[in-house]
Amino acid sequence: MNIIETTGLGRRYASRWALRDCTLSLPAGRLVALIGPNGAGKSTLLNIIVGLTAPTVGEITVLDGHPAGSLAALDGIAFVAQDMPLYRNLTVGDMLHLTRNLNLSFDTAAARLRLADLGISEKQKAGKLSGGQRAQLALSLALARHPRLLVLDEPTGPLDPLARHEFMASVMTAMADEGISVVLSSHMLAELERAADHLVLVANGRIRLNGPVEDLIDSHRLITSATARSDDHAGWEVIESSSTDALTHRVVRLHDPTMDLPPGCESRSVGIEELTLAYFRNGAAAPSATLTGASR
Amino acid sequence: MYYLVMMLDKAMSGTGVPSAIEFRLDPTSGVPTYLQIVQQVEHALRLGYLKPGDQLPKVREVVAGLAINPNTVLKAYRDLEYKGLASGRPGRGTFIDASLGDATLPVLADLRSGLRKWLAKADAAGLDEDGIVALVTSTLRDFSERSDPDAARADGTQRPGTKAAIA
Repeated sequence: MNIIETTGLGRRYASRWALRDCTLSLPAGRLVALIGPNGAGKSTLLNIIVGLTAPTVGEITVLDGHPAGSLAALDGIAFVAQDMPLYRNLTVGDMLHLTRNLNLSFDTAAARLRLADLGISEKQKAGKLSGGQRAQLALSLALARHPRLLVLDEPTGPLDPLARHEFMASVMTAMADEGISVVLSSHMLAELERAADHLVLVANGRIRLNGPVEDLIDSHRLITSATARSDDHAGWEVIESSSTDALTHRVVRLHDPTMDLPPGCESRSVGIEELTLAYFRNGAAAPSATLTGASR
Repeated sequence: MYYLVMMLDKAMSGTGVPSAIEFRLDPTSGVPTYLQIVQQVEHALRLGYLKPGDQLPKVREVVAGLAINPNTVLKAYRDLEYKGLASGRPGRGTFIDASLGDATLPVLADLRSGLRKWLAKADAAGLDEDGIVALVTSTLRDFSERSDPDAARADGTQRPGTKAAIA
């Protein structure tokens, strides 16, 4: 089952397309990581998914085929925006009260349990909490709605490493406990290595790469060969290439991960971080469907 | 009020006996996370830290401790089930079924002390750590080739069990 389906989705602001030609099927029960440089279109896509922004063109359904922004969709999705929106002058208890009254369903007991577990007092003002506690409060409010889909826009950006670890542990525990699906945007590439099941890479408003993390790791290699013998090969697509007089390094995507490499080529696997950087550096090139041997 | 609820909840959710092992990840190893978990279980089995009937940490505990994706832990546990080393009991968790290697703890302790003496001898002879590992690895390879020529040729590098001898 897919939690999100989009076809030819696009959003234009004045004359600029923030997102275009976006066709995705994202599986349920997974953590989908949305990555891309700043201004690539990640937040636009997330805002369309949660129903805060209407697409200019294209179709999107969420959960079981509900149009994004419909009542059923809104009720089943919880969203934590980039800046952890909380009323700074309200106490934690007031935030609980407010959120309960703004939503169709809200499990106050569960939220209280979580906050007590985290050592966050209901008497404290939201503005006085640490960054990690604020993030945990926003997450607790979101999870108390028992969503089927949790959408997080750069949730761990401003957090220190320990707070980040604890926040991600909370998100993953919610996945384990309630089987919720998660879509999150992040710049923390190393952290995604452990967290993400599925990767969507956005650059210049277009989807550059989309697939299960394991498949992507299997199909991408770093190939090192003598520059004199670094011909293109029909079996791969070059994502990034750098060379000196003697040696050429290329990050390539193999059309068939089990293919035999040509003689004289050394190869090793690349992690999410290396793979993503290769795509980022190559961000100005054409979208992946038409990308052919772009070397620099 | 809810503090009490929380304590009750915790008391009831656990089985009472914590798992014998806890996983640690090495982010620099390049080994996929699920495989690190599988290897740590196998390693613990070989060294006798885990035995048949022991419970593996619950998925939720691993996830909460390491901040990793629950699907990764499930994949590791499925892999262990597939290898016949563990099995899932619905609603209770995953338990060890089989042991790896026949050596029991006292035997292992004996082997370890023999190894310590040998290491002291190697150290006295001027071998450094790399030299010792190289010697052990090559001797082990000779040994396995002689006792099991097919397996040694099939994967020329390392047979399962090699690590336990060095660790």
